[in-house]
Amino acid sequence: MPGFDFSNHNRNAALHAQGVPLPKATSTGTTIVGCLFDGGVVIAADTRATSGPIVADKNCEKLHYIAPQIWCAGAGTAADTEFTTALISSNLELHSLSTGRKPRVVTCMTLLKQHLFRYQGYIGAYLVVAGVDPTGSHLFTVHAHGSTDKLPYVTMGSGSLAAMSVFESSWKTGIDRDAAVKLCAEAIMAGIFNDLGSGSNVDVCVITADKTTLLRNYIKPNEREKKKRNYKFARGTTAVLNEKIITREQISKYITVHELEDETVTAAAEKMDVDT
Amino acid sequence: MNHLPQAWGRPRDDVYGAYDHSYFQTSGPKQSTQQPIVTGTSVIAIKFKDGVVIATDNLASYGSLARFTDVKRLRQFNKSTILGFGGDVSDMQYLDRLLLSLAIRENYSSYSSASDDTDDTSNLESLNAKNLHTYMSKVMYRRRSDFNPLWNQILVAGFGNDEKPFLASVDLLGTTFSSPSLATGFGAHLAQPIMRKVVPDEASVANLDKETAVQTIRDCMKVLFYRDARSMDKYSIAVVTKDGIDLKEDEKLENQSWAFADRIKGYGTQVV
Amino acid sequence: MASVFTAPPLADNGPGYSFKQTPTTHISADGTRQHSFYPYTDNGGSTLGISGADFTILAGDTRSTSGYNINSRYVPKLFKIGGEGPEHTGSSIVLSVVGFAADGDALKERLDTVVKMYKYQHGKNMSVAACAQRLSHILYNKRFFPYYVHAILGGLDEEGKGALYSYDPVGSYEREQCRAAGAAASLIMPFLDNQVNYKNQYIPASGYGHDLQPRKAELLPRNTVEELVRDAFDSAVERHIEVGDGLQMMIITKDGIEEVYSPLKKD
Repeated sequence: MPGFDFSNHNRNAALHAQGVPLPKATSTGTTIVGCLFDGGVVIAADTRATSGPIVADKNCEKLHYIAPQIWCAGAGTAADTEFTTALISSNLELHSLSTGRKPRVVTCMTLLKQHLFRYQGYIGAYLVVAGVDPTGSHLFTVHAHGSTDKLPYVTMGSGSLAAMSVFESSWKTGIDRDAAVKLCAEAIMAGIFNDLGSGSNVDVCVITADKTTLLRNYIKPNEREKKKRNYKFARGTTAVLNEKIITREQISKYITVHELEDETVTAAAEKMDVDT
Repeated sequence: MNHLPQAWGRPRDDVYGAYDHSYFQTSGPKQSTQQPIVTGTSVIAIKFKDGVVIATDNLASYGSLARFTDVKRLRQFNKSTILGFGGDVSDMQYLDRLLLSLAIRENYSSYSSASDDTDDTSNLESLNAKNLHTYMSKVMYRRRSDFNPLWNQILVAGFGNDEKPFLASVDLLGTTFSSPSLATGFGAHLAQPIMRKVVPDEASVANLDKETAVQTIRDCMKVLFYRDARSMDKYSIAVVTKDGIDLKEDEKLENQSWAFADRIKGYGTQVV
Repeated sequence: MASVFTAPPLADNGPGYSFKQTPTTHISADGTRQHSFYPYTDNGGSTLGISGADFTILAGDTRSTSGYNINSRYVPKLFKIGGEGPEHTGSSIVLSVVGFAADGDALKERLDTVVKMYKYQHGKNMSVAACAQRLSHILYNKRFFPYYVHAILGGLDEEGKGALYSYDPVGSYEREQCRAAGAAASLIMPFLDNQVNYKNQYIPASGYGHDLQPRKAELLPRNTVEELVRDAFDSAVERHIEVGDGLQMMIITKDGIEEVYSPLKKD
């Protein structure tokens, strides 16, 4: 069966009636914006994800890939924006393959609004859709209930008013690429510094007829303060109640053990940030 | 003519039937404001090196109805203080009476009447903006503690004891705070980001001149008119300086731009 | 210390904010609406206090919030109590309050008046212990309409040692070595437990298994405490949206109260 699994619905409704609260989803209390310019479109986002008043991710990505020349900025429930954009990206690719044409922004917008309308707002995705296709450059907003808007400059998320104040006082007709990027970055910064739901860095994506440029962390106005003290603990600080030593010979019965060629090579894929 | 004085001023029983007393009850549970009825939207203000600029529009709304379009929500107190009222208009008018009686009482008792007529700043001896803000915060906090709030958020603009520009806010809960720029209601979302870029901190107030401050406020009023559905394009603006108050109550928004609307066709797939 | 109020007393707490956002309109079965006035709000922010051998440090961020908005980037949460006149000259007691700022201001003014009256009536300064107990009584006096604040009182005791008292909103209080309060209390307090009272730290090689000796807490020197406070707030700013803008610190020593302000991140 395709689609969502509703088999726990009755159980959850009964639990909820007994006072069990709904699980808290990570929400991207966010500032996202978009702006058209002569020859393309630019979208931008902040990088803070929150869970209630707690910052869940200080540098998350809110600019989602749909197609090479179509990108989407997402606000609302983090999972919904990620899965909805991924689903539509997939469907749009299949559509593009079967028609043998480049995907269009209106097609993407229509797929999104029809999908979201079907779920009556329960999929909490609030999106800014932007892109360039053979018909030109386009910019839309799509709300969780399925309504859309077409405007030369748009903002969404908890910082939408702060960002809109920048557009309403500085936007002019016929701005060029650099002015549009600057304006969008300014709008995101207004959200970062005036809205508690938004923060950290500015991500920008510029789409023109020839190429798409993703400027991840375009501005980093909120670098962490250096720690004043050293928090490295002396070896043996943590209590050990018992220990058991498993030798290589013993473990080799269950798994294959390989010797690393060189002391300096670490097996971990990504290095952890450790106090020195 | 009825000869009984207690019946005078009442509808005649023989014409209208027996008077229904339930329409005018003097006993029963105590009534208090539980929600604002006729409301005013944002008040915005910014400090500059020689004083404060403060503005509100002239609209009083009844829900989503633009009910009264000529309501002055900036009130002058003494010679160098302006109060801007957001929220319930009837509570604003009550506070207006309260402040008038306070002004009369203070100006009769606290200093000689001679300084009243002269233009020198010796009247700073009487209540200044800082004093008035403290007074307002006590009134508001007392009323919230009685569960009978005055449903307003108020900005007080003028000068403090140190004769530096003063700007502070008090709301229906008695919460107070001060900042180089302040805004109530929708202005807190739409105007503050603009104003904070001009005066990010207290130190930058000394570098801001009057012209820039006034222009910033006018720009903010325009943005508020664009995006606040309970706003209007007629507004009041006051510049408070040591030389006195320049209060204009009949300003009109100028140079509006609706250029963004040129190219819009529909909301989605429509192209013609 | 009993935490009587961990959540607002009325209604539920909305979709998981630490501040009150749910509308206070109650709709009953017959469709009638009752609008009720909720006399509290949460202005966010965090405070913390640490006492040492001959000093006490109190600190608080200077951001005031309502919902997702910043009211102001500079609203102090630390207040000098007693001393001479409106500038509190010669004062040696500091009160920090976090929670509902209007209640905090009212509480501060009542305590300040009490301490000043004490000096006029008795001709000597009120001791921190006496002031601490009086604060507890002021809070409990409003047991059924509480001051919605978490207070911390700091000073020097009669032997000149650092004294720190922390309170719940209705007056339960205790003298402690360190305490964090407010929005980021749950982030800062475990850090303080570990770094000030050395909780979960053992002396390496001092025994085996259960015989391993826990590291004994000692009174920390002043600059260490100042660095801990700074690190605690820098970290709280990283992970709590209501904490930021500025850090106000007051250090109480035998020479009086020293006030230090330093900026914090503003996002």
